[in-house]
Amino acid sequence: MEILVCVKRVPDTAENEIEINSDGNDIERDDLVYSVNEWDNYAVEEAIQIVDKVGGSVTVVTVGDDESEEVLRREMAMGAEKGILLSDDAFEGSDGKGIATALKAAVEKGSYDLIFTGAQADDGAAQVGGMLAAMLDYPYASLVNLIEPGDGKLKVGREIEGGNQEINEIELPCVLSIQTGINEPRYVGIRGIRKVASVEIPTLGASDLGLDAGSVGEGAAKVRRVDYFMPEMGEGAEMLEGSTEEIIDKLIELLKAKGGLK
Amino acid sequence: MAEVFAYIKHEGGVADDSALELLSAAKKIAPGANVTAVVTGNGADIDTVCNAMASAYSAVWKIDNEALAYPNAEVVRKALVNTLAADSIVLLPHDTFGMDLGPGLSIKMNSAFVADLVDVEDSDGAVLKVIRQEFSGQAYTHVTCDISGGAVINVRPGVFAAEEAAATGAVVDKSADAGDLSAKRKYIEIVEAEAGDVDITKAEVLVSVGRGIEDEDNIEIVHDLAKAMGAEVSCSRPIVDAKWLEKARQVGTSGKTVKPKVYMAMGISGSFQHMGGLKGNPFIVAVNKNPKAPIFQVADVGVEADILEFIPELTEKIEEL
Ligand SMILES: Cc1cc2nc3c(=O)[nH]c(=O)nc-3n(C[C@H](O)[C@H](O)[C@H](O)COP(=O)(O)OP(=O)(O)OC[C@H]3O[C@@H](n4cnc5c(N)ncnc54)[C@H](O)[C@@H]3O)c2cc1C
Ligand SMILES: Nc1ncnc2c1ncn2[C@@H]1O[C@H](COP(=O)(O)O)[C@@H](O)[C@H]1O
Repeated sequence: MEILVCVKRVPDTAENEIEINSDGNDIERDDLVYSVNEWDNYAVEEAIQIVDKVGGSVTVVTVGDDESEEVLRREMAMGAEKGILLSDDAFEGSDGKGIATALKAAVEKGSYDLIFTGAQADDGAAQVGGMLAAMLDYPYASLVNLIEPGDGKLKVGREIEGGNQEINEIELPCVLSIQTGINEPRYVGIRGIRKVASVEIPTLGASDLGLDAGSVGEGAAKVRRVDYFMPEMGEGAEMLEGSTEEIIDKLIELLKAKGGLK
Repeated sequence: MAEVFAYIKHEGGVADDSALELLSAAKKIAPGANVTAVVTGNGADIDTVCNAMASAYSAVWKIDNEALAYPNAEVVRKALVNTLAADSIVLLPHDTFGMDLGPGLSIKMNSAFVADLVDVEDSDGAVLKVIRQEFSGQAYTHVTCDISGGAVINVRPGVFAAEEAAATGAVVDKSADAGDLSAKRKYIEIVEAEAGDVDITKAEVLVSVGRGIEDEDNIEIVHDLAKAMGAEVSCSRPIVDAKWLEKARQVGTSGKTVKPKVYMAMGISGSFQHMGGLKGNPFIVAVNKNPKAPIFQVADVGVEADILEFIPELTEKIEEL
């Protein structure tokens, strides 16, 4: 099974408080710690486990800038064999469709049975996987939390409301968006990353992919982010102030009044 | 003006809550437009749904086909692409069904896609300006979308108030337009979530823990607090993904819906999928070290603190009572 996993470099929201810059046109990026999108880690882990079972190889691909190479290397340290960086000024300002257009071109340059994306990106819209599948005319299933490889097809479980699971049979090749919790992504240490530090990662631009620059990037985007802002907060919570002792005393009084203590 | 459609999710002859929410969203997205409900399915159930929708929507399109008995997104997509004009504006709920259908539908209709819309700022029929969120609600954005060639718009469940039913629409049978509905993905069955040993849905007081707890070893302090309060322990999804607590304790759209009197959100950011599982207007106490965490917008009482220090102190004080 040849598996391609799409991964994205995103600010790590567990590590950072997201703040908006003074111009309101971006988040404050200076001190951000970046990592691979949480969902994509599960996708790479799942791909590696499938290849361990049935053979084949895992390739990771990202649309990004030079710094995105680090997330490819991280996923290669997990066990992906190859990495491909899609990078070009022409990609800047792409909407989801633009990103999917670039990824489609990369898919068509290879020969993959199975393509994974994450279910959503922290700064995204849960859209790229479904768009990519439709462009390729491959079947698609989103929010996948179970995969059992079969002959020319897969049994997949989709996580739906209430934690119920919708079981489907899907023909290969196909695109699946992977939901968190499907597996336990392995840990990668500095050592693992060092091991793949010198593996060459090809960089492909729009022309390498045979893409017309007008089909990607800001010019092609029907959907554009205008700004970042924080809304008027309204009342919000009553913040308890004072020393920890005072706060706890107030909180206990409130809990008593609301039936929170038995 | 482009035609506007709302896709009606339904089960067992009953329309989903999103059905009337999409109508009020549609009225903001395309003021003055007639909005048509699209109901796909098979058999008597869908007539019940169509009739119900006709009392709210000005028209209802019914697409009845055996292949649509279960709403397999690939099959529904084909039926919609074959039935609707390419420049239509199609509204879907941004839930596990809409996430499955929307992006691919927009590609096949060659139209724009807006995911997880939370509000509409402005609309002139060609450019739609909407509000979205990123980073689990930690940042808001204005997004413009060129809808002149049509659009698929996924609307966040629960943010638009359901529109009052006040119409006498006609049900139009469009089944003959559905066309080829063969699919490469086949629906097999639904496997229900396991019940588990705990039932957080009955608890009056929940001490709920999120990723802020940082490490599996720290979960103990949450159990201690719950014990002191006579409460049950629940959690957000990352805690279940990490296998620190069992799935039966997860609150949210893909977990349990709970209706406690008091909800203690400890180190939980307040994403809409988490809050979607919290019903019945409980008294919410949020403890978070980030004063800008979205949970503070919905909580009744907030404490800016490190839960790893705050929880043990609170437990001790309660035990002393
Ligand atoms: C289809 C789908 C379904 C989903 N279903 C669910 C669901 O059912 N339930 C659910 O919960 N999520 C669900 N999610 C995930 C959801 O989008 C969020 O990712 C998740 O709710 C975040 O959990 P959290 O608040 O614990 O973590 P985070 O968003 O990472 O928040 C952690 C918070 O803890 C704070 N914090 C960190 N350290 C400390 C400390 N020491 N002391 C105090 N505060 C601290 C941080 O400031 C932050 O606000 C779903 C997602 C998808 C795509
Ligand atoms: N720039 C990108 N490069 C590679 N893959 C991406 C990119 N953006 C999104 N994806 C993939 O699409 C998934 C969903 O992202 P999104 O649709 O942006 O929420 C991610 O988890 C990735 O797998």
